[in-house]
Amino acid sequence: MAAIKILCPTGHLGFTPLEPASFRAGCALKPDFIIADSGSCDIGPYPLGADGQASPPAWQRHDLEVMLVEARKLGVPMIIGSASDTGTDRGVDQFVALIREIAAAHRMAPFKLAAIYSEIAVSDLRSRAARGTRIEGLDGRPDADDDVLSRTSRAVAVMGAEPIQAALRAGADVVIAGRSSDCAIFAAPLMNAGSSPATAYYAGKLMECASFCCEPFMGKESILGRIEGDDVFVTAMHPGQRCTPASLASHAMYERSSPDREYVAGGYVDMTECRYEQVDPKTTRATGARFVKSPVCMVKLEGAGKVGERRLSVVGVRDPYTIANIDRAIVWAKDRLGERFGPIGGAYQVYYHLYGRNAVMEGLDPNPEMAPHELGIVVEVVCADGKRAEEICALAARNLFYARLPDVKGTAGTAALMSDEVLIGKAGYEWTLNHIIAAANPEELFRTRFHDVAPAGAKETV
Amino acid sequence: MSATTLRDLASTIRSKNAGVDHITFDIIFRERANFERVRDAKVLTRDTVAALFRIEPARITDFVVFEPANAIKFTIRRLRPSGGPGEHDVFGSQQYPPLFDVRVP
Repeated sequence: MAAIKILCPTGHLGFTPLEPASFRAGCALKPDFIIADSGSCDIGPYPLGADGQASPPAWQRHDLEVMLVEARKLGVPMIIGSASDTGTDRGVDQFVALIREIAAAHRMAPFKLAAIYSEIAVSDLRSRAARGTRIEGLDGRPDADDDVLSRTSRAVAVMGAEPIQAALRAGADVVIAGRSSDCAIFAAPLMNAGSSPATAYYAGKLMECASFCCEPFMGKESILGRIEGDDVFVTAMHPGQRCTPASLASHAMYERSSPDREYVAGGYVDMTECRYEQVDPKTTRATGARFVKSPVCMVKLEGAGKVGERRLSVVGVRDPYTIANIDRAIVWAKDRLGERFGPIGGAYQVYYHLYGRNAVMEGLDPNPEMAPHELGIVVEVVCADGKRAEEICALAARNLFYARLPDVKGTAGTAALMSDEVLIGKAGYEWTLNHIIAAANPEELFRTRFHDVAPAGAKETV
Repeated sequence: MSATTLRDLASTIRSKNAGVDHITFDIIFRERANFERVRDAKVLTRDTVAALFRIEPARITDFVVFEPANAIKFTIRRLRPSGGPGEHDVFGSQQYPPLFDVRVP
């Protein structure tokens, strides 16, 4: 196979705007594909559960515009994965609409767009489970039962390379994919060109976070990957960055439990024997991945469910006596809540986040600061009913103001209320699904729709 | 003279989500000699890390000495998934500082 060049400008499209200068430097080297992922679970369960987004539409549009203009100028395919942070159907539709707008604004020549949907209805999962399909827990989670599914508001299946490969083979110039493995969006064109799954997915794993695999640390700068046989050459496009064996190998282990394995639908990449070698000051060559095919196609599911409405309040404490006895004050405050609203953890939840002591690490903190100069407390309440959450949160905060401690000298108030108000937070959601499910084939859970995008208005071809 | 610590020897000490149920920790050395010194001193093992964070060793799901990157890596299971009610570090990105003061003979 001939060498394939892929340009990647960002590891999370739209999360903060990409840097156009290094991207355009990469375009001058005539890439064969322009590829970026737009999703992450790092943003928490809210965007998936509530079907919202974590990135401002203006930044998403900015990144898509910079990429689409160059891709169409070069006449090369552009692939976007995990549209609009979560890859729900809303996210795919939103990116398709943005692509249409950008194409119209630039009066682009017509091109073919593939939209690949990956949302999966909870009712679909329930009926699969009823037919005996196991929804197998990952990372030590138990299998999903009816209770887990009933707590799930929304779910997506995570695609591997196959649905994207099919869209490219059908002639798509632009692919907007729903939730996808980061590495799959890179692997798809490479496998179509004849790469082994090992090299294709490995190249994707190395490239998916753009300049994070280079040094010194910079985000949102472009990198160019050149894949030749089983060699992956990664080059930093920013003038101040280098891709080194250390930076590339340390990226290979980023955000994963084990540095050796990357799981995708259909198997995993074994990186145990990978080798890294500097070939020029800005480029490192990586090689040696193996692919272990799984006997059954297992597709990952992500799901999030609503726990309740969320309210927040901010309280400060400066009195060293109260700080030293803050645990007693909180016990007292919680007891009062229990008397009025019933047991905590039943119909509502209350958390006191003690900034200055151990709010950041909580149970993992080996040395909580017991005598900080002052203590910032964020009171968090979650309850199905918003009004109720507000009332509980107000009392949870004010109870610190009235905390009864035996030797308190400040008898006009044991806490400083930043302002006596309850803030409306986003609703509380939890990750309910981090599971895998057997599929008949790697494309079964995904739906592709083709559009002809033309400045005069797009025509659907389905 | 104060004792040598990981802070002195490692170029990167970081923590980050590995999926929604785990936080993974990377200690990466620019100098091979520093990596080998820490590796061979056995100051970072499943047991020392569990003791440092005061957790059950069973919560450490992976512990790997990763030679290609001059790195030591381990992963801790979260008690609650990231970003849910009561959670406090949605990216898992500020859980590493206790590693700074690990003494290295």
